[in-house]
Amino acid sequence: MENNYAIEMRGITKRFGQVVANDGIDLKIKRGEILSLLGENGSGKTTLMNMLSGIYQPDEGEIFANGKAVIIRSPKDAYDHGIGMIHQHYKLVDVFTAAQNIVLGLNDQKLDLRAINSKVQDICKKYSFAIDPAMRIYDMSVSQKQTVEIVKVLYRGADILILDEPTAVLTPQETERLFDVLRNMKNDNKAIVIITHKLNEVMEISDEVAVLRKGKYIGTVQTSETNPQALTDMMVGHAVVLNINRPKYDQPKIRLQVQGLSCIDHEGIKKLDNVSFTAMGGEILGIAGIAGSGQKELLECVTGLHHASAGTIRMTSNDDQHIELIGKTPMQIRKAGVRMAFVPEDRLGMGLVGSMGMTGNMMLRSWRHGKGVFLNKKSPEQLAQKVWKDLEVVTPDTAFPVRRMSGGNVQKVLVGREIASHPSILMTAYPVRGLDINTSYTIYNLLTEQKMQGVAVIFVGEDLDVLLELCDRILVLCGGKVSGIAEARTTTKERIGYMMTTVGGEEKTK
Amino acid sequence: MINETKTPFVRLAKRDAMDPKKAWLIRVGSIVVALILSSIPMMITGNNPFTAYGIIISGSLGKSIYLKQTIKTAIPLLGCALAIAPCFKMRFWNIGAEGQITAGAIAASYFALYWYDKVPHPVLLSIMFVSAAIAGGIWGFIPAFFKAKWNTNETLFTLMMNYIIIGIVAWLQGGPWEGRKGSQLIPMFDKASRLPEVFGIHCGWIIVLVLVVFMHIYMNYTKHGYEIAVIGDSENTARYAGMNVGWIMMRTMFLSGAICGIVGFMVVAGANHTLYKGVANGVGFTSITVAWLSQLNAFAMIIISMILAILTKGANTLQTKLKVPASISGIVTGILLFCMLGCEFFINYQLIFRHKTSEEVRQ
Repeated sequence: MENNYAIEMRGITKRFGQVVANDGIDLKIKRGEILSLLGENGSGKTTLMNMLSGIYQPDEGEIFANGKAVIIRSPKDAYDHGIGMIHQHYKLVDVFTAAQNIVLGLNDQKLDLRAINSKVQDICKKYSFAIDPAMRIYDMSVSQKQTVEIVKVLYRGADILILDEPTAVLTPQETERLFDVLRNMKNDNKAIVIITHKLNEVMEISDEVAVLRKGKYIGTVQTSETNPQALTDMMVGHAVVLNINRPKYDQPKIRLQVQGLSCIDHEGIKKLDNVSFTAMGGEILGIAGIAGSGQKELLECVTGLHHASAGTIRMTSNDDQHIELIGKTPMQIRKAGVRMAFVPEDRLGMGLVGSMGMTGNMMLRSWRHGKGVFLNKKSPEQLAQKVWKDLEVVTPDTAFPVRRMSGGNVQKVLVGREIASHPSILMTAYPVRGLDINTSYTIYNLLTEQKMQGVAVIFVGEDLDVLLELCDRILVLCGGKVSGIAEARTTTKERIGYMMTTVGGEEKTK
Repeated sequence: MINETKTPFVRLAKRDAMDPKKAWLIRVGSIVVALILSSIPMMITGNNPFTAYGIIISGSLGKSIYLKQTIKTAIPLLGCALAIAPCFKMRFWNIGAEGQITAGAIAASYFALYWYDKVPHPVLLSIMFVSAAIAGGIWGFIPAFFKAKWNTNETLFTLMMNYIIIGIVAWLQGGPWEGRKGSQLIPMFDKASRLPEVFGIHCGWIIVLVLVVFMHIYMNYTKHGYEIAVIGDSENTARYAGMNVGWIMMRTMFLSGAICGIVGFMVVAGANHTLYKGVANGVGFTSITVAWLSQLNAFAMIIISMILAILTKGANTLQTKLKVPASISGIVTGILLFCMLGCEFFINYQLIFRHKTSEEVRQ
């Protein structure tokens, strides 16, 4: 029986500190088939596959390769069992050629470049790849780099291939080409696992789908016997009631109008594509989407930290004047009289100065205040005292470096400072990530309080249950495009989940 | 599924924070270790380490003339450490202080050589001071400009700038500024171009002490100082707070270079009374040690630069009195620096042995 499977994982558990990333997972990988591993962010897909490729070792459970129990201690062990993984972030040396990268780390042979080149050519011919072994990585497009990664794995004789979100950075045409290659490999009796959360691709390429949710194994289904909606339901699960207080504000007023916003990141990849929406004072606008769908860029464009390539962002001030934000630096935006608060995703790397205490961090908003060359330390100190008391931050004193505080206290310092600036727009990215239940509710209440004071609150979140209960409207991003804007009170979790995984999905009536 | 064999015998973990008292104990301990280690080469050469250490102390502090020479050595070290402190706080690795000192020295020397009979003494010294600061500042500004515009590597850039400016001095020495034909030397400065002495030492010591207070205030109580600290912690946070990171880098490097330039002025006008290729004499590099050892604290730099000056001066006396070869004195200085810098490692990290970890896991 067991011999039918290339890989069988039984009862795999992996913990990182107190976080259980994988909880007793069983998974079977068959030869000559493509298995999709489906799940939301943080559902443990990559962790599970990293244990197959030797990056991590499981805390509990067993792995069988071709029916035999194995221990995979390193990527080299993994190759010995024929397992090769193509990571989401390519692991290539930029200044080396494709061929040099392919043989990198194989030190049990003489470096005969001609033999290597011909072997690489053979692999390319067999699966119809197109790469030049002598080309250097820094001259390559993203899709060519991926090809090098795949050839590298095949060169080492892997017949079980794991691809972590291989299509995330590819154009539709490149995706099509990749899928052709994958089908070729499947016909060659290789076992293939692709980690993804794009449902249309799952339906198109895979034979079986295994679904994970919050570190638990939900089940495996035949692709031919399922449909996107059923998969979404497996992926997001049933709605959980959180009882977040959601009052309604009486006179919502337009605060922010975004029209046709597009932007490109430093690698030239389009991160936002023609995004339009309106944020109202007195409401919480949720932004849902798979990680990396453009949430970060959207907020950074509005705050002036990221350069927008097209579109307009218009802010309405209290006296009904329109202020265009595109093309302004953060300082110019502030000088134009726009009161904007921003709680970024990277708290210590962007929102705070880790080595400074609360006072030094309060100063981040006000350090320019006052005449002359000297800092005004008094009012930040008062503000620090106030935040310390009001939000019950646990710290010995206001000079204690925030880097050494716990995650929840760090976030209280950040949110406390941003709210204290009396914003008219308050943007938060994953403000409760990594926080315990109590602190999370403190943050929810603070945001709702701001909303009831007429502030336009934007809440980028990942937990759909929270988005559904906290927000008034939810904007769903997928691949940098707006898949739709839903009324949070009437929509369902399944519906949002479906929009998140449908590229450029329009409002479809069910 | 036993992974124990994979745990290395000893591994490192970053410490959260150490009790400051304990940290100072480790630092003092490191000096003791250095003294013990240094006695090994002394004994090999057949000397009693206690006598040797005695000579180092008496040879650098024992007589007023020794003390004056020691202070003279400490002045440029302290000045230059103060100059690079803001760069290092910003995590901008300026190792081009050597060149910035030289640039300042060239500018000051020009006026010293060609204007000494044109303007009154105080005016001449002021012109030399200001021109040295500007020249040093420009020499520091150039790498910062390239870093801000095109993100060039500042470590290599500042280092290479040193060789350029030293080459320029070599050219001046043998060419346009040469004194007696064929001497390859720039003539000694006129009395009018020299720094006056206060308590028998050129008044540079007053300038550096003023700089200590200035730098302490600048780093801790001004908006500029705050900007520098934020950038050093995270450039992204600085941008988020609306700071113009490139501009701040250029401004800080200009200031740093300017102070180095002033050091160059003090060296040519106060100590050497002339300009030659080795005017910076490694001060730009040794001062990095001073800055690090004092953890960028301006007042601590006074002590550390004095310690290093005592070692240098004392080692010279050691060489003449005990006939210890010059290289031995270098070894002693090296061991001391190694131990003092190395002890910071034990303050920041702890060693965890294998059996201890597995117990922790079981708990």
